[in-house]
Amino acid sequence: MQQYHVSFRGVQKSYDGIRLVVKDLNLDIEKGEFVTMLGPSGSGKTTCLMMLAGFETATHGEIYYNGRPVNDLPPHKRGIGMVFQNYALFPHMTVGSNLAFPLKVRKQPRHEIDKAVRDALDMVQMGEFIDRYPGQLSGGQKQRVALARALVFRPELVLMDEPLGALDKQLREQMQYEIKNIHQRLGVTVVYVTHDQSEALTMSDRIAVFEDGIIQQIAPPDDLYERPDNSFVAQFIGENNTLRGTVATIREGVARVRLEDGQMVSALAVNVDTDGIPTLLSIRPERVAINPDEAKMAQTVDGHVEQLIYLGDHIRCRMTVAGNSEFIVKIPNAGGSGMLEVGQDVRIGWLTEDCRALDAQ
Amino acid sequence: MAQHTTADTSLREKLRRAERRRKIQAGTLIGPLLLLMLIFYFIPIGMMLYRSIDNSRMREILPNTARALAHWSGESIPGEEAFAAIVRDMKKAYPARTLATAGRRLNFDQVGFYSLLLKSGRKIKKIDGPPYRDKLIKIDKKWGDPAYWTVLKRGLRNITWMYLLRALDLRYDTQNRVVGVPEEEAIYVSIILRTIYISLSVTILCLVIGYPLAYFMATSSASVRNLLMIGLLLVFWTSLLVRTLSWILVLQDKGVVNSFLLWTGLISHPLPLVFNRFGVYVAMTHVLLPFMVLPLYSVMAGIPSYYVRAARSLGATPIAAFFKVYTPMTLPGIGAGCLMVFIQALGYYITPALVGGPKDQMVSYFVAFFVNERVNWSMASALGVVLLVMTGSFYLIFGKRVNITNMKLG
Repeated sequence: MQQYHVSFRGVQKSYDGIRLVVKDLNLDIEKGEFVTMLGPSGSGKTTCLMMLAGFETATHGEIYYNGRPVNDLPPHKRGIGMVFQNYALFPHMTVGSNLAFPLKVRKQPRHEIDKAVRDALDMVQMGEFIDRYPGQLSGGQKQRVALARALVFRPELVLMDEPLGALDKQLREQMQYEIKNIHQRLGVTVVYVTHDQSEALTMSDRIAVFEDGIIQQIAPPDDLYERPDNSFVAQFIGENNTLRGTVATIREGVARVRLEDGQMVSALAVNVDTDGIPTLLSIRPERVAINPDEAKMAQTVDGHVEQLIYLGDHIRCRMTVAGNSEFIVKIPNAGGSGMLEVGQDVRIGWLTEDCRALDAQ
Repeated sequence: MAQHTTADTSLREKLRRAERRRKIQAGTLIGPLLLLMLIFYFIPIGMMLYRSIDNSRMREILPNTARALAHWSGESIPGEEAFAAIVRDMKKAYPARTLATAGRRLNFDQVGFYSLLLKSGRKIKKIDGPPYRDKLIKIDKKWGDPAYWTVLKRGLRNITWMYLLRALDLRYDTQNRVVGVPEEEAIYVSIILRTIYISLSVTILCLVIGYPLAYFMATSSASVRNLLMIGLLLVFWTSLLVRTLSWILVLQDKGVVNSFLLWTGLISHPLPLVFNRFGVYVAMTHVLLPFMVLPLYSVMAGIPSYYVRAARSLGATPIAAFFKVYTPMTLPGIGAGCLMVFIQALGYYITPALVGGPKDQMVSYFVAFFVNERVNWSMASALGVVLLVMTGSFYLIFGKRVNITNMKLG
C-alpha cells in the first residue's frame, strides 16, 4: 500500500448517536496536494476537517497522518497548521506575539523565533504590522496574519476552514491567488474547506464534493466540471442544463434517451445501467450550439427562445427545450450573431460526449 | 456665495433645534434620577465629608474666648482679657449644659480638658470680678499651662483637621505640629490595614471559587447554566441579615458542620468556625461571590471557542492554551469582578459585626461605633472620609488598570 500523507479509512461521525453527519469517508491525500472539501453547509465537510485537526473524534474508522493513526492524538501533538474562518488571532497579543506563540510553546530559542516570525510576516507582506494588535487590522490583513501564523512553525499539513468567507469578492480573489502561490512555494499539503465552488475550482489540485455526509465525487477541477459522476455534482459545480428523460437503450456506453416531449437524443451513459429507467441529462450551457451543422452535431432538438440577456462578452439565452423553460445557452458575442429574437423557434444541438446521462435523483 | 452662507446658518440652526429636542428628551429621562441622586446621595455625602472637619459649634459655645484668642501668639499664657472672656462664656455655657459638649470635643484633643471645663464650670459662679486670671488658675492650675490654651485656641477654629488626623493615628502636639499618637492609642491605621487585608483575602477567595464556576457556566449547556444562575442569584433574593445569621447556625459550636465532624469522630471538640476571621471570610465570600461570577461569566460567554482551538492547533497543551490564551482574554472580567468585590468588601459592616470577633471588625464598624455609642459624629465622619478616599483611590488605580487590559476583542 502506498503511503499517503493523509488517509481517511471508513470514517463515520455522529454527534447525537442517531444521525451520521459523516458516512463512511474514504479519502487519500498525497504530500503537497491541495485538496478542497466542497459542499453545501451541513454536508459534513467541516466535521471532517475538525476530525483531522483533532477537535472532533471519529465515531468509527481510522484517520492516518504520515502513515500513523492519529485518532487518539490530541490536537497539539499533531503539528497541523490551521486557519480558522474567523481568523482566531489572539486579541491580547500583537501580530508578532501571535506568530511567536506556536514557536514559544515549542520552546525554540529566542533568535530563531524572531527570525521565523519576520520571515513568515514578510511572506504575506505584513512585516510592518509586527507590533500592531489584531483589533487594529482590516479583515484582509488579519487573514494574512492568520495564514502566516498557521505556517510559521513549518507544518507539513495546513487545514483551512473557509478562510476567505468573511472577505469581499475582490479581496477574496486576491487572497486565493496568494494562498495558491504560498502553497506552491512551500510545498505543504493543504486541505481546504469551502462552499464556494469558484474558489474550489481556482485553487485545488483535487476537489472532494460533499453532500449528505458522503463524498459524491473526488476529482481534479476540470474533470469535476466536464465529467461529473452524478447529477448532484453536475448541478453543484458550475452552471448546468438538465433535461428529464427515460433510457431507451444503452449500447457501448452511449444511451439513447427519450425526452419528455418524445424527441430522442444520445448521451454518455455515466450512471445509468439498465433500459427503461428515468435519467437526467446534463449539458453545460456553453456546449450548446444554435442552428448547428447537423453533420457535425449528432444531437439536435427544438428550442423556443424565451429571454435574451446581453452580458458583453456573451449573450445568455433562456429557452424552452423539451418542457424545460430554464434551459440556458451561452452564445459567444462573436459579431453577427445577434440574429436571435425572443419568441423565435430554433434548432439547437450538442456533441454526444458533452451530454451526460446521470441518475434521476 | 451669500446664499451659501445663509443656507449654512439655517442648516446649523436646524441641527441645533433638532439636537436641542433630543437633549431635552434625554434630560427628562434622566432628570428624576439626577434629582434623586443629588438629594439622597451627593448632598448627604457632602454633609458627611464636611462633618468631619466642621467645628463651628465650638465658636457658638465659647464666642468671647474665640474672639479674645484670635490674636494670641501662643508663646505664653494669654492676657487678662482672654481669661475674662472664658469666664463670661463659661458662666453662660455651664447652666445651658453646652459646656460639656465643648469639653468632650476638647478632651478628644487633650485628655483632661473635659474635667477641667466641668470643674471650672461648677465653680465659675464664685468668680464675680477681676482678676480673672488668678482666680481661674486658683480653681485649676492647668489654666496656667500654655499647652491647654493652645489646645483651646486650636479647638475654637471653624475648621478642624483633628478628627481626620486621628483617623490616621495622628495628632497635634503642643507646638501645633502633626505627630503620631502614642503607641497605646494608635488603633485606626491597623484597622484600615485590617480592612484592606480582609477585603483582599475575600476578593482572592471569590476569584478562586468564582473563576471555575463562571467557566463552567460559560461552557455548559443552557439548562445547566440556568440552574447555576438561579443558584447564584438566590443569594440576592434573601436578605443579607438572614444569610449572615444562617452562617452562624451552620458554623457555630453546635452547628451543622461541627455536629457532623463530631459525629464522624474526626474531631473531639468543636472547631472555632464562627465569631473569628474564618467566619468572616466564609460569610463575606458567600455574599460577594455573585459580584465576581457575573462579570466573569459575561466576559467568558463572549469568548468564542475557536481561540482555544487555534492555540491547540498551534501546539499548545490544554493547560498552556487555557492560561496563555483563555485567561488573558478574561482579564477584563477578572478586573471588573475583583474591583466590585473588593470595593464592596471595604465597606462591609453587618457581616463582620455578626460573624466576626473583636479583632475582625473593619472601618465601618467603627463608624457605627462612633455614631451609636460615642455620639461622636465628627469622628464617625472622619472614618467615613478615610473609607471613601480609600475606596475612591482603589477604584481610580485599578479601574484604570482594568481599562488598559480591556482592549478590543476580535
